[in-house]
Amino acid sequence: MNKIVSRKNLSEHVVKIDIEAPLIAKKRKAGHFVIVRIGEKGERIPLTISSADPERGIITLIVQKVGVTSHKLSALKEGDFITDVVGPLGKATHIEKVGTVLCAGGGVGIAPLLPIVEEMHKAGNRIITVLAARSRELIILEDEMRAHSDEVIIMTDDGSYGKKGLVTNGMEEVIRKEKIDMAITIGPAIMMKYCALLTKKYNIPTVASLNTIMVDGTGMCGACRVSINGETKFVCVDGPEFDAHAVNFDEMLLRLGGYREEERIAYESYLKTL
Amino acid sequence: MNNHPDYLKECREQEWRVELRKSMKAKERTALERVKMPEHEPEVRSRDHREVNIGLSEEQAVVEAKRCLDCADPTCISGCPVGINIPAFIKNIERGAFLESARVLKETNTLPAVCGRVCPQEVQCEEACFYARKLHLLPVAIGNLERFAADYERNSGKISIPETEKSNGIKVAIIGSGPAGLAAAADMARLGYSVTVFEALHELGGVLKYGIPEFRLPNEIVDVEIDNLKKMGVSFHTNFVVGKTADLDDLRKEGYRAFFIGSGAGLPRFMNIPGENYIGIFSSNEYLTRVNLMNAAKEEYDTPVLFGRKVAVIGGGNTAMDSVRTARRLGAEKAMIIYRRTEEEMPARKEEIKHAREEGIEFHMLSNPVEYFADQNGRVNRMRIQKMKLGEPDSSGRRRPIPIEGSEYDTEVDLVVVSVGVSPNPLIPSSVKELEVTRWGTLVVDKESMQTNIPELFAGGDIVRGGATVILAMGDGRKAAAGMHKTITDNVLNKK
Ligand SMILES: Cc1cc2nc3c(=O)[nH]c(=O)nc-3n(C[C@H](O)[C@H](O)[C@H](O)COP(=O)(O)OP(=O)(O)OC[C@H]3O[C@@H](n4cnc5c(N)ncnc54)[C@H](O)[C@@H]3O)c2cc1C
Ligand SMILES: Cc1cc2nc3c(=O)[nH]c(=O)nc-3n(C[C@H](O)[C@H](O)[C@H](O)COP(=O)(O)OP(=O)(O)OC[C@H]3O[C@@H](n4cnc5c(N)ncnc54)[C@H](O)[C@@H]3O)c2cc1C
Ligand code: SF4
Ligand code: SF4
Ligand code: FES
Repeated sequence: MNKIVSRKNLSEHVVKIDIEAPLIAKKRKAGHFVIVRIGEKGERIPLTISSADPERGIITLIVQKVGVTSHKLSALKEGDFITDVVGPLGKATHIEKVGTVLCAGGGVGIAPLLPIVEEMHKAGNRIITVLAARSRELIILEDEMRAHSDEVIIMTDDGSYGKKGLVTNGMEEVIRKEKIDMAITIGPAIMMKYCALLTKKYNIPTVASLNTIMVDGTGMCGACRVSINGETKFVCVDGPEFDAHAVNFDEMLLRLGGYREEERIAYESYLKTL
Repeated sequence: MNNHPDYLKECREQEWRVELRKSMKAKERTALERVKMPEHEPEVRSRDHREVNIGLSEEQAVVEAKRCLDCADPTCISGCPVGINIPAFIKNIERGAFLESARVLKETNTLPAVCGRVCPQEVQCEEACFYARKLHLLPVAIGNLERFAADYERNSGKISIPETEKSNGIKVAIIGSGPAGLAAAADMARLGYSVTVFEALHELGGVLKYGIPEFRLPNEIVDVEIDNLKKMGVSFHTNFVVGKTADLDDLRKEGYRAFFIGSGAGLPRFMNIPGENYIGIFSSNEYLTRVNLMNAAKEEYDTPVLFGRKVAVIGGGNTAMDSVRTARRLGAEKAMIIYRRTEEEMPARKEEIKHAREEGIEFHMLSNPVEYFADQNGRVNRMRIQKMKLGEPDSSGRRRPIPIEGSEYDTEVDLVVVSVGVSPNPLIPSSVKELEVTRWGTLVVDKESMQTNIPELFAGGDIVRGGATVILAMGDGRKAAAGMHKTITDNVLNKK
C-alpha cells in the first residue's frame, strides 16, 4: 500500500500524482516505470515515473484518463492508498552527450519524455523539444519542458495553441534548419511510427519509448512483446526504449487494440457505477 | 533429511507397526483393489473451476493404506525426491492416526497438501512402489494418501506449527515465494533465523498461484501454508523485485547475511514462426496469469482476457494441459492440444492427460504449427500445422520429431496458447554480474549445499533446473537452507 501525498489536475484528462514509495524513489532513473494496481480486483497497468524525490521518498506519476484503471487512479484523493506499486521497472534511458537532440512528445507521451529531456539536458546536449497534442488543453508540462530545453515548439492539430499541424511538421522544420544528432519520440504508437519514418528519411538515429499492454512487467508473460528487426522482444525488460527504426509499429498498433471491445464494455459499466 | 536406513528401521520396529503388519496377511492386502479417487463428473466440472479430485474419504483412505505392505526395503522412498518416510505415514493412516500421519509427512515435506495433488507420482514414488515394480499391479496411491492426511490436518483446525529455535537474530533473505523459496524459508525459520521473503508479484506462492489452476490446486491450500510460515515468524514483502526495487548490495547493507534465490523459470519461450504476435496468441504464462492471478474471467475484475471458441494449445507439458483445460472451462467448444511428438513422450502428469481427455480435449499428436493467419483486426483466425514423424532419440532420450514435407494443413482457431517451455528468469543473473550461469541461463550451484560461486548466495528450484517440479524445487530449498545454515555457522565459529 502506497499513500498519495498530493495530486493535481494538469488538464481535464491528465493528473499528476505524488506517492510515497521510498525504495523506488531511491533506485529510479530516467526511463523507468512502475506497475500499479488499484483495489483487490484491479488490473496492473504500467506508468512512467515522471520524477522522483529520493529525500522525501516520493515518486511522481502523470496519468491520462483513458479507461477504467486510469480513471480509478485519477479519482483517488490525497491521503488515499494505492493497493500495489512495484518498480522501478524497465531499462533506464541511456544518457550521453551526443550534440543536438530533437525530442518529440505527443499527448500524454509528454510526461514520460520530461525526465529524459531533463537528463539529456544535464548531460550537456542542446535540446529542441516539440510538444504536440490535439488541442491546447492537452499540452501539459510546458513550463517544466521549457526549463530543460533550449527551444520548445508547440503543435496542435486544431491550431488552438502554438502552430497548427502534426508533430512531424514541427520536427521536419527543425531538421531542415539545423543538424540533429539524435531524436527521441514518445507518444501514441501511430505518432511514433510517423516520427520514425521521418527521421529515417534524414538518417537521424531515433529512440522510441513503447507503451504496449503489460501484465506483470517483469518479463514473465510476454503480453508486452513487439518485433524489433523481426525479433520478438519484451518491452518491460528489454525496453521500454528501442531503436525506433527497428520497431514494427504496425504490429504494435494491432496488439494495442487487442482488448478494445472488452475495455469499452468495462469502461461503460464503470461509468454507470459513478 | 530424516530417512537414514537406521531411522526408518527404528520406526518400522515400533510395536504398533509390527502389530499392524501382522493384522492382515500380505495376500489379503495385495488382493485389495486400488481405491479410485472420487472426481466431479467431466460434464459438470468442465464448466466451472472447482477442484476435479474430491479427495478420499476416511474409510477409503484406510482401505488404500491397507494395501501398503510396509516393506522391509521400502523402494518407494527412493522414488520420492525428498525421501518422505512413506510407509510410516501410510501406516499411521491405516491405524487411524491421521494427524500423526501428517506430522510424519512434514518431517521432510513442507507442503504435503500441494505435493499430494501435483507431484508426477507415476514417475516418482508410485513408480518405485513394490506393487508396480514386482507385482505389476497398480501401485499404492501414495499421492492420494498424502493429500488425504494433509487435508485432514488442515480441516481439523489442528495444524501443527513447527517449533522454531530461539531467534539468533541473523537476517536471511529469500528471493521468490514459489515452492523453493517457501521451503527454504520454513527451514531457516525453524533454525531460528530472521527470514524475509521478497516477491515481485502482488501475490505469494509463485507458480502455485499464478500458474497451476484452481481446479487442480485451490489457492486456499497455498494460503494456509503461507499463513503457517507467517505464524513461524517469516516476513513477506510483496511488490519487491530484487535487482530492481533493491539489489543484493542494498540488502547486504540492510544486514542480510545470506540469500536464497528461488526466482523460478518465468521467461516464456515462443517458437518464432510467422504470425506469432497476432492478437489472441498468448504464452501460457500470460493466459494462466490473467485467469488465475488476475481473475480475468470473472466479470467484477478489471483485467481482460480473450475467450476462444476454437482454441489450440501448443505443447505437451502440465502447463499445456492446464491451459487447454482452462480454455475449455472458459467456454471453448473445440479445445485442442497440438504436440509434436506422441502421447508417450508427453511430459504432463498421466492424471492430467486422462482428465483432459474426459473433458473432451482433442489431442493432435505429431503435429507442429508453422504459421498463423489473422483477420483484418489482427486477431488470429487460422493456423498452419505440419505433420511430424519420430526419428532417433535425442539428448533427452526422447525420439526426435522430424517434419514431413508437404504435409501441411490449415485449421481454424480464434485463440492460441503457446506452451513450449520457459527459460530461467534473467532478472537476478543480470543484476549480479559475477554470478556464474550456464549457457541456458540457469545458475550454477554445488549440488549438495546449493551454494553459487558467491559464498553467501544459494539457489534452487527452476532457476537452477530450468523448469522442473514442485517437489524438486522444495527439495532444493531445503538443501539450500541446510547449506546456508552450515556456511553461516562456520563463519561465526571461525570468527570466534
Ligand atoms: C512503459 C509504459 C509507460 C507508460 N507510461 C504512462 C504514463 O506515464 N502516463 C500514462 O497516462 N500512461 C502511460 N502508459 C500507458 C498506460 O499504461 C495505459 O494508458 C493504461 O494501461 C490504460 O489503462 P486503462 O485501464 O485506463 O485503459 P484501458 O481500458 O486498458 O484502455 C483504454 C484505451 O486505451 C488504449 N490503451 C490501452 N493500453 C494502452 C497503452 N499501453 N498505450 C496506449 N493506449 C493504450 C486501449 O486500446 C483503449 O482504447 C504507459 C505504458 C507503458 C507500457
Ligand atoms: C502451469 C504450470 C503447471 C505446472 N504443473 C506442475 C505439476 O503438476 N506438478 C509439478 O510438480 N510441477 C508443476 N509445474 C512446475 C512447478 O510449478 C515448478 O517447477 C515450480 O513452481 C518451481 O518452483 P520455484 O520456487 O523454483 O519457482 P516459481 O514457482 O516459479 O516461483 C518463483 C517466484 O519468484 C518470483 N521472482 C522472480 N524473480 C524475482 C525477483 N527478482 N525478486 C523477487 N521475486 C522474484 C516470481 O514472481 C515467482 O513468484 C507446473 C508449472 C506450471 C507453469
Ligand atoms: S512428495 Fe511427491 S514424490 Fe514424494 S511421496 Fe509425496 S507424492 Fe510421492
Ligand atoms: S513400496 Fe509400496 S508397498 Fe512397499 S512400503 Fe512403499 S508404498 Fe508400501
Ligand atoms: S509485461 Fe509480462 S512480459 Fe512484459
